[in-house]
Amino acid sequence: MKQRYLSKLIAGALFASAGVASAQGISNDSVNIGVLTDLSGIYSAVEGPGAVLAAQMAAEDFGGTVLGKPIKITSADHQSKADLSASKAREMFERDNVDMIMGNVASSSALAAMEVANQLKRIVIVTGAASLPITNERCNAYTIHYVYDTYALANGTAAGVVASGKKTWFFLTADYVFGHTLQRDATEVVNAKGGKVVGSVLHPIKTTDFASYLSQAQSSKAEVIALANAGGDTIGSIKQAAELGIVGSKQTIVPLLMFTSDVQALGLKDTQGMNFTVGWYWNFSDANRKFADRFMKNFNGVAPTSVQAGVYSATMNYLQAIKTAGTDNSDAVMKQLKSTPIDDGLFKGVIRADGKFEHDMYLLQVKTPKESKNKNDIASVLQVIPAKDATLPLSQSKCVLVTGVKS
Amino acid sequence: MFELLGISPQALISQLLIGLINGSFYALLSLGLAVIFGLLNVINFTHGALYMLGAMVAWMGLTQLGGWVGMPDLQLPYWLALVVAPLIVGLFSIVIEKTMLKRLYRLDHLYGLLLTFGLALVIEGLFRHWFGVLGNSYPVPDLLRGGMRVNELFIPWYRLWVVGMALAACFATWFFIERTNLGSLLRAGTENPRLLQALGVNVPLIITLTYGAGCALAAFAGVLAAPIYQVTAIMGSDLIIVVFAVVVIGGMGSIAGSILTGLGLGVIEGLTKVFYPQASSVSIFVIMIIVLLIKPAGLFGKVR
Repeated sequence: MKQRYLSKLIAGALFASAGVASAQGISNDSVNIGVLTDLSGIYSAVEGPGAVLAAQMAAEDFGGTVLGKPIKITSADHQSKADLSASKAREMFERDNVDMIMGNVASSSALAAMEVANQLKRIVIVTGAASLPITNERCNAYTIHYVYDTYALANGTAAGVVASGKKTWFFLTADYVFGHTLQRDATEVVNAKGGKVVGSVLHPIKTTDFASYLSQAQSSKAEVIALANAGGDTIGSIKQAAELGIVGSKQTIVPLLMFTSDVQALGLKDTQGMNFTVGWYWNFSDANRKFADRFMKNFNGVAPTSVQAGVYSATMNYLQAIKTAGTDNSDAVMKQLKSTPIDDGLFKGVIRADGKFEHDMYLLQVKTPKESKNKNDIASVLQVIPAKDATLPLSQSKCVLVTGVKS
Repeated sequence: MFELLGISPQALISQLLIGLINGSFYALLSLGLAVIFGLLNVINFTHGALYMLGAMVAWMGLTQLGGWVGMPDLQLPYWLALVVAPLIVGLFSIVIEKTMLKRLYRLDHLYGLLLTFGLALVIEGLFRHWFGVLGNSYPVPDLLRGGMRVNELFIPWYRLWVVGMALAACFATWFFIERTNLGSLLRAGTENPRLLQALGVNVPLIITLTYGAGCALAAFAGVLAAPIYQVTAIMGSDLIIVVFAVVVIGGMGSIAGSILTGLGLGVIEGLTKVFYPQASSVSIFVIMIIVLLIKPAGLFGKVR
């Protein structure tokens, strides 16, 4: 009798202690990563299905399990709409027990998902979106901004162009938070380096016809027509700028945000010679090339964009952080990520207190059709922009995590 | 650069010209839609997808055809594509009409709308799957490259060509329907198909051919658009909403109405882009609401 009672007591104690251990371990017995991105709309080539593939590759390369629990990758389409992003994020966190949401291209969608993540205390890693407020005015403790931001673009592309002597600028800007932020950051750089902004025009996102905006830019006689837009809008602007005879004239088209996927869609004839800043380029190092080759095999021979490479790297480092911390609890993992330098062959740098991943950026120049050897060989690296130059200094940060003051 | 009211006259004129160019595009697209609705009573939502199909056929003919057939130099040049693409798309739409649309004529408008909407989604989905969203570049034909400089504005020859072609197509269609014998048969078929059939005219054939012709117009617009806009799977869905607004404002079924409205709205949209660009995509719908409140049948429409 006493022995049976004792064994029940011991069994009960064992169960209780096991319960306590799993509260510290992996929630819901699996690590769930949700890729929330634009799967079929204007930003889908930048992130989209390629990002889902990258996350899956990372999960496989990590071994498929972490701390003995399986890794599950799911995905959802927010169509670059903020309201859809918020509801999908909530669905993923609450219904599907997702621990971390990855991707979030389109700044308005990213900010919406970050809001939900902050409320529910889950992690959001932003790879595709650009706006500086993500780690500045609108920062929160559960967000990491991984690949690039508007500050880097302004200090990469804009600084380089002003330095080369082109002082007068006209902005063609997408009328939402991303376009405004990019224009604002680039304007600061232009003014700081002795240039002058002579005019600007706003256009609705997803515009098809840029002729009237471009002709306004032409009449301004600015040396630089800067495009503060992205994806399909950038492609349309450049194509029609070529049609209107701006490309190759005294005025230069400077796309402030362009991806390798955009260059491939436009073709080298209309884009040759253009400079653009990226967080990662496949043809820069052997490690990059190796990853690109593996990615291409499952993606129709198309090399990964910087954002897709970022998804791979971020997923690997997130899983590593869980392993080291011994749990997938958001606070513990964030602490781990912000205190461990990253050097995984693709990216090298540190994640700062405000959530910004500080790493080198690359100023690329589009090759001429003659120079290009295959459909992925579209640019050469002009210069490496050191991490410190490409990231907003913490001393200027308006992030509440850095200043301690709610802005 | 642009003060409150003082916009340089050159800038204004250049915007008006660009607006006119866009307007002729809207006119061409809404013409096909108006013809199909006016004569068939079908709200053809596939119009946008067929416009995209026309551009895609032109692009595939130029860049992919050689590879498929094994003769790498084989190309469908732009000038041939202007004829071939509408023919192919027209035939395709005739197949749609004969197999699916025909069965819905007796029913409410809504069924035709649902069917064509579903078809549009399927067609666009397929092309999105095959070719992605960023699309492909279609070069301007060599003969039409370059342009002329008028003060500060550079007017590409190709855009003038598009205006010319669009207006020619619109005029030809209007003339055909309003002034020829065949056209009068079409109009009779709308008013009283039974009587017409009793008189020995093959009405179903006329309806089928009309649908094919209307869709071919959409494809024609697509080929014209290919060198200007990127050839993507979603190019149709971006435009179709505006085109519908144009048709509603002009009056569903009025051919002259849709042409004039298309041109007018293109100009108004162009002007909005000068004074308040953020409202440019909204301006057409604001006008649509105002027109519907004042004259529900549209500016040129007749109450049915």
